Amino acid sequence: MLEIDGLHCRYGKVSAVRDLTLEVKKGELVTLIGANGAGKTTTLKAISGLLAPAAGRIVFDGEDITGAAPRTILARGIAHCPEGRHIFPDMTVQENLDMGCYLRKEPGGIARDLERLFERFPVLAERRRQMAGTLSGGEQQMLAISRALMSRPKLILFDEPSLGLAPNLIETIFEIVSEIRAQGVTVLMVEQNAYAALELCDRCYLLESGEVTLSGSGEELLNDPHVKAAYLGG
Amino acid sequence: MNRWLTWAWVAFLLTLPLWMEDQYFLHILITSGIFTIAAMSLNLLLGYTGQLSLGHVAFFGIGAYTSALVSLGFDLELTDTYTFVFAPRPVWVAFVAGIVVAGMSGWLIGKISFKVRGAYFVIVTISFAEVVRLVALNWVDLTEGPMALNNIPPFTLAVPGVWELAFFHKLPNYYLVLAVAIVSYVTVRRLVHSRIGRAMIALRENEPLAASAGVDVTRYLVLAAIVSAAMAGAAGGLYTHYIRIVDPDVFLFIYTVTMVIMVITGGKGTLAGPIVGGLIFGILPEVLREFASPEVQWIIYGVFMIMIVFFLPNGIVPALSAWWNDRFGATPSAGGPGTGLPDLEAATRTAGEAT
Repeated sequence: MLEIDGLHCRYGKVSAVRDLTLEVKKGELVTLIGANGAGKTTTLKAISGLLAPAAGRIVFDGEDITGAAPRTILARGIAHCPEGRHIFPDMTVQENLDMGCYLRKEPGGIARDLERLFERFPVLAERRRQMAGTLSGGEQQMLAISRALMSRPKLILFDEPSLGLAPNLIETIFEIVSEIRAQGVTVLMVEQNAYAALELCDRCYLLESGEVTLSGSGEELLNDPHVKAAYLGG
Repeated sequence: MNRWLTWAWVAFLLTLPLWMEDQYFLHILITSGIFTIAAMSLNLLLGYTGQLSLGHVAFFGIGAYTSALVSLGFDLELTDTYTFVFAPRPVWVAFVAGIVVAGMSGWLIGKISFKVRGAYFVIVTISFAEVVRLVALNWVDLTEGPMALNNIPPFTLAVPGVWELAFFHKLPNYYLVLAVAIVSYVTVRRLVHSRIGRAMIALRENEPLAASAGVDVTRYLVLAAIVSAAMAGAAGGLYTHYIRIVDPDVFLFIYTVTMVIMVITGGKGTLAGPIVGGLIFGILPEVLREFASPEVQWIIYGVFMIMIVFFLPNGIVPALSAWWNDRFGATPSAGGPGTGLPDLEAATRTAGEAT
């Protein structure tokens, strides 16, 4: 479904991603793990069009989307749920969700999806007229995820959804991610919490200073001695 | 409550001249009104898209000069043998031309300057205003430079051959400014409540996120710049045909600063903010003049401004509406149902910020 071939990304002269090749098949939950600065976030930004790659090809559903505008990529069916609970703080919960389906044009479908989301996240329904900035951290993350879902993506990109959340909430967020996958949405997730990410995923890529150094199923990587030593603390 | 307040305001302003005999005060209201329109236009950029343009007076001045030149006519010696002659046109045509030319320069500047953000954007806009001022000052053939364009005709209302009224007096100008102000207010209001407006606010709140939600960033910013510039141009046109003289000083930086003060103190990103700020800071210097010496006037003006920014950082209008909601508890949005577990929530929030 998503094929990345030889991706290079640069910030000025500094290479953030070097010759990255990866693939996400339909229905999979794939994670990218790695230390800070390994190029995980950059990779997601390149996929969703927020950053123009220096070289390489990104193909989604057979179509080349390398360097396309974010809205074009979104319209093709890739939603990006960026790092750090990105929401519009001075807009209401409802308006945030409306922004999520900014490109969609079928009011009936939008209303149905909204209803389903509110059923799943009753707390958002209760607070739909509240400013999003006043929500708690966990609620903001739920809102960010819901907003990304409102575009009805085929592929959803999560950037560290567990970042800065309390442990019980982290678990909830991972449950939500696997639910989304269970509903048939393909997921590509960046996660620092390597153990949780490996348990959850079908396949995983390990990024080290901008390059893929290892890939395989979650289980394989869990048992890999290098991953164990460097990322699982044991 | 909001709607009634709006209508009450309109009714008050409509009937004001009926009992307000003081012509000088009417003059202050007209100039404050013109600046309020300019402040409203700035608010669209600063308050709703979050871009600080410190060259906004350029659009005001472009509107003023265009409108003046079109109504006066001009000739330009293009080559030794050919002189381009532009015949005077009716004032209303000139006014519309001023709006259009200002809007077009908004488009141009938007296209150029929205490639950069933050301090760079601010500098590009300041430079633009300065360039336009220098052109107005030095292109003497067209603008008369520091000698100023004089004898600019006032607005006229006429039924051809039957009746004619030239706006030499304050009263018709007052109503004209009020009408343009209302049109501008309604324009901004409709715009920000539309789908486009929501995209603009989303841009202000979080630009990368808005982009990834499918908002065409540059397009909406440029659109906001066009509307804003056209409105500022309308204010400039009103000014030029009311004062009936225009010189390069209309491009002075201080006027942009005045507009920014009006928007910030009134409440940026609110519909009523620039109106409240515009009236206060339009009228305040004149009121102060009554009982304070010139040096003291500006000190009081400055202290007052600092106090507003210090005590009401979001501006007067948001502070007032928060106070109103507190007092009369109208909106369910503030607390509402479902604030069940405040302790737990606070705990998660601090946990979230700590890590």
